[in-house]
Amino acid sequence: MTDQKMSLGLKLLTAAAILLVLAAGSLVFLYAPRERVMGEVQRVFYFHVASAWVGMLSFVVAAVAGVTYLVRRTRTWDFVGVSSVEIGMVFGLIAIVSGSIWARPVWNTWWTWDPRLVTTTIMELVYAAYVLLRQGVEDPERRARFGAVYAIVGVLTVPITFLSIRFLRTIHPVVIGSGDAAAQGAFDMTPPMLQTFMISLLAFSVLYFALLLHRVRLARRAEALEMRRADLAAA
Amino acid sequence: MPAAERALPMPRPARGGFARAVAAIVWKDLAAELRSKELISGMLVFALLVVLVFNFALELDVRARQSVTAGVLWVTFAFAGTLGLNRSLALERDGGCLEGLLLAPVDRSAIYFGKALGNLVFMAIMEILVLPVYSALYNVNLFQPLLLLVVALGSVGYVALGTLLSAMAVQARTRDVLLPILLFPVVLPVIISAVKASTGVLQAVPMDEIWPWLNLLIACDVIFVAAGYMVFDFVVEE
Repeated sequence: MTDQKMSLGLKLLTAAAILLVLAAGSLVFLYAPRERVMGEVQRVFYFHVASAWVGMLSFVVAAVAGVTYLVRRTRTWDFVGVSSVEIGMVFGLIAIVSGSIWARPVWNTWWTWDPRLVTTTIMELVYAAYVLLRQGVEDPERRARFGAVYAIVGVLTVPITFLSIRFLRTIHPVVIGSGDAAAQGAFDMTPPMLQTFMISLLAFSVLYFALLLHRVRLARRAEALEMRRADLAAA
Repeated sequence: MPAAERALPMPRPARGGFARAVAAIVWKDLAAELRSKELISGMLVFALLVVLVFNFALELDVRARQSVTAGVLWVTFAFAGTLGLNRSLALERDGGCLEGLLLAPVDRSAIYFGKALGNLVFMAIMEILVLPVYSALYNVNLFQPLLLLVVALGSVGYVALGTLLSAMAVQARTRDVLLPILLFPVVLPVIISAVKASTGVLQAVPMDEIWPWLNLLIACDVIFVAAGYMVFDFVVEE
């Protein structure tokens, strides 16, 4: 079997992901300065934005994997799609929960119907629907096709949802790029903050790819096991 | 190789064959519905029940009606729409009709447009019956040309996505619960812009406040019809 041993590349990537996440964690708590207005709770920002970024990245990866699957019809691309969705679902949830923890003291509410919050939630719901769709289909080939189609439809609709709610007022801070005057809880990053933030983004991105490769490997192994079972049953 | 191809000629649709195929599928759906009347009657009764539930859930008095009429209408259309979509595609699946359609020597997208147009007609009939009932019950005039346009545009986007996704849902084991779960998160931009545009029309706000929502609605329609057209092949292939 091709995947029996973990490849050296995957081992290195895993080690890099672990080290980077540890480094980012220490930077967040030890290096980054305390924000003057919001205090300690602002430290949630580094991992919050990094998780939201991974949540969105995996959505795009799933759609690209979907298109590639429909063109090439190789199982690996289906595995990439479903793996990306599962990982994105977890990171999306982390982004929503950590955002709520920050919003409670800063906005004085756990939740508000802001474009970014709603869009992230819709993305979670699309992820959930994707998983439910796959669970409802027995035939692996059809399951892969339906998953690919739904990932494509999802990636088309989520930006439009964002745009449509954007027409309404927003209070979510835009830390990178120009801020909205109505945004509450915005702040300017000092250099140590920016460094911490960049390392967090990098750490979570590397973590995402490490998890993705592990999950794809798991899917391959599960398939191999399934085939061997079928062989044994036939013999 | 060309000889082999000539030996088994793919029946090439004649000119205008695409439109004819689409029309034939729409006609088939309408004829079947005219005999059974189960789809429209189901959607209609369900729609009226949703309006009734909203009446008590929201206490639709004069003041509340001002702001929520558009929301109530669109939720009603969306819920009743799922019922129709599910039934329309389940009929194809149950009778083995989908296989028959797929064997027909027509472009797969003709099947998509045929089913979508049929569903659009059923949606339109349901909406045309619900609107006067709602108007009479709550003493508001819903028969304004602009509102009807918004309803039409919203239905196009809804049906474009709904036909595609229900074609997937009926092929799944969990078919009955699956369609709303698949459809609602992705059809949200259509619902949002349709509700906003309808509210604008009903509250008679200036046209330049309605235009952004109308434009968004049209953009959604174009994107979703194009997406359905492009990926429907992959949903029905055997």
